[in-house]
This record gives sequence, structure tokens and C-alpha cells, in this order.
Amino acid sequence: MTSPIPRRDLLGTAAALVGTAATLPVSEAAEISGHLPWSASAGTPPPAAPAEPYVWEFFTADEAALVGAIADRIIPADELSIGGKEAGCAVFIDKQLAGQYGQGTNYYLKGPYRPGTPQQGPQTLETFAQRYRQGLAAMVAYCASKHSGKAFIALSADDQDALLHEMEGGAFYTGPVPSSVFFNQLIQNVREGYFADPIYGGNKDMAGWKLLGFPGARYDYRDVIGRRGEKLDLEPVSLMGRPGWNPA
Amino acid sequence: MAMKRPKADAVIIGLGWAGSLMANELTLAGLNVVAIERGGWRDTSGDFPTSMDTDELRYATRRELLQPLSVETMSFRDNPSQSARPLRDFNTYQFGWGAGGAGSHWNGMTWRFLPNDFQLYSNTVKKYGANKILPGMTVQDWGVTYDNLEPFYDKFERLAGTSGKAGNIQGVIQPGGNPFEGARARDYPLPPLERTQAAMLFDAGAKELGWHSFPVPAGNTSGAYTNPLGVHMAPCTYCGYCEFFGCGNWSKSSPNACILPALMNRPSFTLITESEVMKVNLTPDKKLATGVTYVDKSGREWEQPADIVVISAYQMDNVRLMLLSGIGKPYDRASLTGVVGRNYANQTIAGASVFFKDEHLNPFIGAGALAQAVDDFNSDNFDHANVDFIGGSNMLIHSTNGRPIGLGNAVPPGTPRWGSAWKKAYQESYQTANSIYCMGSSTPHQDVFLDLDPTYTDRFGRPLLRVTYDWNENDKRMAHFIADRSVEMGHAMKASLVVRSEPTAKPYSPMDNLSSHTTGGAVMGDDPTTSAINRYLQSWDVPNTFVCGASAFANNGGYNPTGTVGALTLWAAEAIKTKYLKSPGPLVAL
Repeated sequence: MTSPIPRRDLLGTAAALVGTAATLPVSEAAEISGHLPWSASAGTPPPAAPAEPYVWEFFTADEAALVGAIADRIIPADELSIGGKEAGCAVFIDKQLAGQYGQGTNYYLKGPYRPGTPQQGPQTLETFAQRYRQGLAAMVAYCASKHSGKAFIALSADDQDALLHEMEGGAFYTGPVPSSVFFNQLIQNVREGYFADPIYGGNKDMAGWKLLGFPGARYDYRDVIGRRGEKLDLEPVSLMGRPGWNPA
Repeated sequence: MAMKRPKADAVIIGLGWAGSLMANELTLAGLNVVAIERGGWRDTSGDFPTSMDTDELRYATRRELLQPLSVETMSFRDNPSQSARPLRDFNTYQFGWGAGGAGSHWNGMTWRFLPNDFQLYSNTVKKYGANKILPGMTVQDWGVTYDNLEPFYDKFERLAGTSGKAGNIQGVIQPGGNPFEGARARDYPLPPLERTQAAMLFDAGAKELGWHSFPVPAGNTSGAYTNPLGVHMAPCTYCGYCEFFGCGNWSKSSPNACILPALMNRPSFTLITESEVMKVNLTPDKKLATGVTYVDKSGREWEQPADIVVISAYQMDNVRLMLLSGIGKPYDRASLTGVVGRNYANQTIAGASVFFKDEHLNPFIGAGALAQAVDDFNSDNFDHANVDFIGGSNMLIHSTNGRPIGLGNAVPPGTPRWGSAWKKAYQESYQTANSIYCMGSSTPHQDVFLDLDPTYTDRFGRPLLRVTYDWNENDKRMAHFIADRSVEMGHAMKASLVVRSEPTAKPYSPMDNLSSHTTGGAVMGDDPTTSAINRYLQSWDVPNTFVCGASAFANNGGYNPTGTVGALTLWAAEAIKTKYLKSPGPLVAL
């Protein structure tokens, strides 16, 4: 795009159209004729990998610790690979919630709010960031009520799993929706953190990709497509390369 | 007061496949053409570079290339007795956004519909009797035949650089191709893609069952190619980043790769981006269009006058723009009259998951249309005398990608969704699972339609389009039948576990992401009381308005729609060039 539209401007445009027409700036749409437009770096590059040490952008320290503990039960450390916390899933989710995804920029959040059928999909007007804030607070309260004031991170792994099973079954409410809805979101986002490119803050050392044998951000398999049914053992590659590519 | 631009010979709404093909033809015919696109400019080398394209989270999970739902979504309900709700999260519908439209981020399966699909009503009545069609179904012929469209399918395949193997050249069946396809003048411009291990297993299963396996025609280039516009395409690298992604390797059939490099250089063509058409403007008697009104990115309103208006947005938006503009009589479920919104159809999905032992399918080696299929149970390719439905389904195995976020649920039934047991199962299934996917035909029904939502609005305050859809009885019976065939195929492939899938057994939901193939609502035909446009995609009511896209399909075949969208658009363009320009007015006399 010659001038990629920041998504926030779309909403801004919509709001502006509703009542402030007289104050709109005079500017024309992009008009292209007689040539194939090209400009250097037209596309929006991916984000930079998070800096170390990481400073939480959305979560409080307590929320971050709770999400890390949840990630470690959804994807536990075991003989196959590292767990969700070490892989950086909480960092990943924090960055997502602080950005466009968390702000709901691309989603339809207009009212009126009315509950729907399961076939009509979630009907809440909250952004994903608001859903997390409400959901984690509800979880803290539920955990305290079940375990004499103890925090989730202080529970044994078995007790943590038991509480997550209750949550999965919709045992309490997280904001306007049953806890099962928020739990579905947690599973999805933790998996994203474990398997998305490491530039987004999770999938440490491409551990998620190594678990599966996924070669990552490669884009050419013509040399191996003929080796049907073979175990290929291709080292994964991130959008930012991989360790060992660049000599020290 | 709207600003006014100079008059154009033709204005085109939406620059996806249909808009690009039409703009190409009309500018070549000497017309001055303006296209208005809601999204931004998108270029293969600048916007889809391979150094940033291979990013599952950004493009497949967050769907960055798709139209944001905050720009426009649909409301949905399963039946007319329900109240519709807006689809707030990304779902099965995949609206294009930006130059190239959905043609930038599709998978590339480039089918021709079968001859029977265009004459479903008359063929069914002739062969099986009118009682074969269940009450409430609004099955009707398209007013155009496969033979009419064959040269335009051929033209589209040449422009798009389609890879495939012919099954029927001028009536002579070709080994290795689809023996059920309509006769073609000649083979595809490129040979089929390479096969994967999954395709080999499927092929062996088909042989054992006596079915006819063939490679799916692919808008992914099996080799270097130069199309008739002189545009060069490069060989597909099987990267596995196709659907939801642009192709920075010039290997996917798309307007960006195949049409725009030639079209954009013509001084007679102007593209206005980041601007949304509000409506088609009509004369006071509503018998002619005078152009369109659009709003630019800063919220300013403009008028673009034109002699010809081409509505070529996404299928749903074609219908919505007709309703918002007052073109054609809206369908009314109560009286069963009206045409705009009528004969909406979808894709009827069934299949089976297959799990193998000690296999390395290497799912990351893939392409959007890299698939092996059988058509033995599609359309009327098999005798329906002893089944209680019409229509049928393609059946295929798809080597499209090994993207790990999206495949996390492809584990055997009974596996927990989280914890070490899930990890272990996913690690195993990642290399050993695939699925038999059946894209079934979808027949129209009087209870299934599109209209304007009474409550929910878009960013400009205009009503959203309301979708009223659930599987009809005929299609449920067909899906039940084809799911059984899928299980047979799974066993013939020697899978250690075959899991039958029949989504039609429960109410339809767009949130299930079964298929993006949504058709009809402004269908073509020979009768203005049952069709919105005539056989040349020309509005019956406003003859200088043409409506191009899958919205024209009178029923959906058991295939992806894009090949037929391309052929119909080129057929309409030919009619405009050879008939309409000489004598503007209705191309079909009443």
C-alpha cells in the first residue's frame, strides 16, 4: 500500500462522519492512473521482538504471574518440551492485548448488546483486553473463595488443573460470559504464544516448532517435495533467522 | 454537497477478480474506466514480500489482509423466526479488502462447474421428475450453459496461469484428469503441481474403490508462465502460506499478479483506493444508473458519473449495494416475491478426519490448491434414481499447510484440549493426520435469503446485510450420503483411524468456519420474476448496471466458486463489448 490505513483511523472516520462533517479536512482519496505504483518498503514490517528485560505493557505484575501459571498448565513443561510460561506465552499475550488485537480495532463492537444463539457467535461488546481484565479478576476471586484465600500460583499443579477444569466447564462468570468462553480464549491465545513466530514474544528458541517438526518461516520446499513420506528433520527458521546462521 | 469527478465510460465497484477482469476487458475495448476500491493499494512485491509473508499469526490467525469487521460485518440467524445478531469476530466469510480483493488471499482452486450445475432444474425434472425437488426449494436454471461459458473458462485459465490435467478434451476422455468434467477445447496452460504423500495415499484409496482420482486445478503455478497480457509468473515453491496470505513469489493466480501489472499502466484506467461506494445513483424513474456516490478516506463525499456501472464487490456486498441503491425488487419471504436476496446458497460440507500410523505427511509442504480429488459423487455424475436428494459433492485431500496454531485441534477425538496429553497427541497427529474434505453443492430454498438488517449498522450508519441460512433437507441428505463415502475413502487409504464428520447434522453457524464459499442473492436467469440479472449479468431493471460475482450463481456447485466467477465476468464483458456498446439497452428482450 502506498499509504496503509492505520486501523484506528477507520473508526475515527466513522465517528467523524456522524456529526462533524463541517470540520473535516479537505483531502482526496488516493488516485492512481497510468502506472503500477511501487514504493520501497510499502508493506508494514512485522514488529520488533520484545526487548530484554521485558516490561509489561498491559498486565499488572500479578496478572502476568497468573497468566504465566495458566500457560504452564495449558502447555506444561514435560519430557517433550518446555512449558508455556518459559516459552513466553504471557509476554506474547501481554503484547497482543496492548496492541490492535486487545483494543478490538478490527472487530465489530457496535451495540445494541443482545444475547444470541451459539450459532451467532460471542455477542459481548468488550474488547479482548477488557475481557482479560474482567476474566482474570473473576478467576482470582473464584480461586480465593475455593481455596481459603490462596492465589492460583500458590496451588499445587493438581489443584490448578482442577480449577481450570471447573473454569472450562463454566463454573463461574467472567464479566458477562461464562468462564468457559474466557477459557476458550486462554487456550487459543496460549497456543498462539507457543506456536507464533518468536518475534511476537513467545515460542522461545522455536520450542513449539521443534515439538512438532514445523520448519517455520521457510518459503521454498521444492528441494524436498519429492521425498514423500520421509522424516525430513528440517531445522526451523524464524522471520529473524535462527541461532547459528550468523557467526559470532 | 458531494464533489463531482469527471464522467467515466464505466465505473467499477470493487477491484477483486471480477472488477479487475472487467476493467481489463473494457479498457482494452477503448473505454475510460474508473474503479473504486474500499481498501488500499496492494502490490505483489511491496505488500507480500516472502521475507514477511510466512507469518501465521499475522495473516491466518489475525487475518490482516481481510476486511476488518469494524468496516462491515453481516448479521446472521438460522431461520426467519429468529432475531439476527452481528458476527462480531472473524468467521467463515472472508471479504477481500484492498486492490486484488479476496483474489489476493484465496487458495487458488480453479474449477469449472459441471454442465449439469447450470441446468439443475430442467435436467432434474427431465431425468427424475419434478417430485425429485423437495417442496420449498427454488432450484432454477442459470440461463447460460456450460458450452456458452467454455471459451471464457479457457480464457480465465490462461490469464490466471492455472495448473491442472484435462479430463475431457473435445469429448475425448484423458487419463489422469477428471473424466466427469465438461468437454474442454484444450488442456490447462500449466501441468499439475507435484503430489504430496497425502495425495498418493488418496490416489491409492481411489484406485481400490474404483473411483477416478485427479489433481485439483490450481491457481498455483507448477512452472514459470507468461500470461496473454505478458505478465510473468514464477514457479510455486510449496511454502504452505496461501489462504489468507498474499503471494510474494508471483506464483498464485491473483489480480495483483496476473491483471494489475498490465491494467495499471493504461492511461484509460484510474483506480481510487480507500474509498467506499455508498450507492449506485439512479435517474428519478429508476430506469438508468447515472454513476455512484462514494466516501473517500477523509470522509468526503464524491460523485463519480458514468455511462455503465459494474457492481463487482464481494458476493454479499453486491446484494447489499443493490438493496441500498434500490436496484431490483427485494425478495420478500412472506409473499415469496422479489428477486434481490433470493437464492442465496452456501457450500454443504461433509468429510472425515484420517489418522495414520508411522507416517510422515510433512504437512508444511503445501500450496493453496495442492489437492487430489474425486468427482464420482458430484452433481449428477452418479445416478440419483435410488437416492432421495439432488446434487452432490467433490471429495478431496488437501496439502495446504502445516501451520501450527491453526492445526491444534486436528487430534483424535477424546483428546483433552490442553495439558501434556494434548501435547503428545498433537505431536503425533501433526505428521499423521489429514482430512477428506467434501465441498458439496448447495441448493436454494425459500427460507434462505439475504436482506437488510433492521437494527445493526456499519461505520456509516447503513444497515448491515442480514443472512438467514440453515442447511435444507435436500442438502442434509446429500451430506449424509457423502460423509459415508468419505469414511469408505478413509478406510481404503488404510488410515488407522477414520472419524466421520457431518456438520449438517446440527444448525449452521458461520463461526464453525466450514467454507467461505457464499453465493447467490442477485442471481442470473431467463425470468425477471425469479432472477435479478439476465444471462449477461445485466440488471433487468437498470440495464446500464452489470452485477458480476458469485452473487449471480442460481445454485452453488460442489466446487470453489472463483473459476466460475472469472468465466461469467469474461462472458459478460464480451457481451458488453460486442452487443451493449453498439446498442446500449437491455440485452435480453422481454
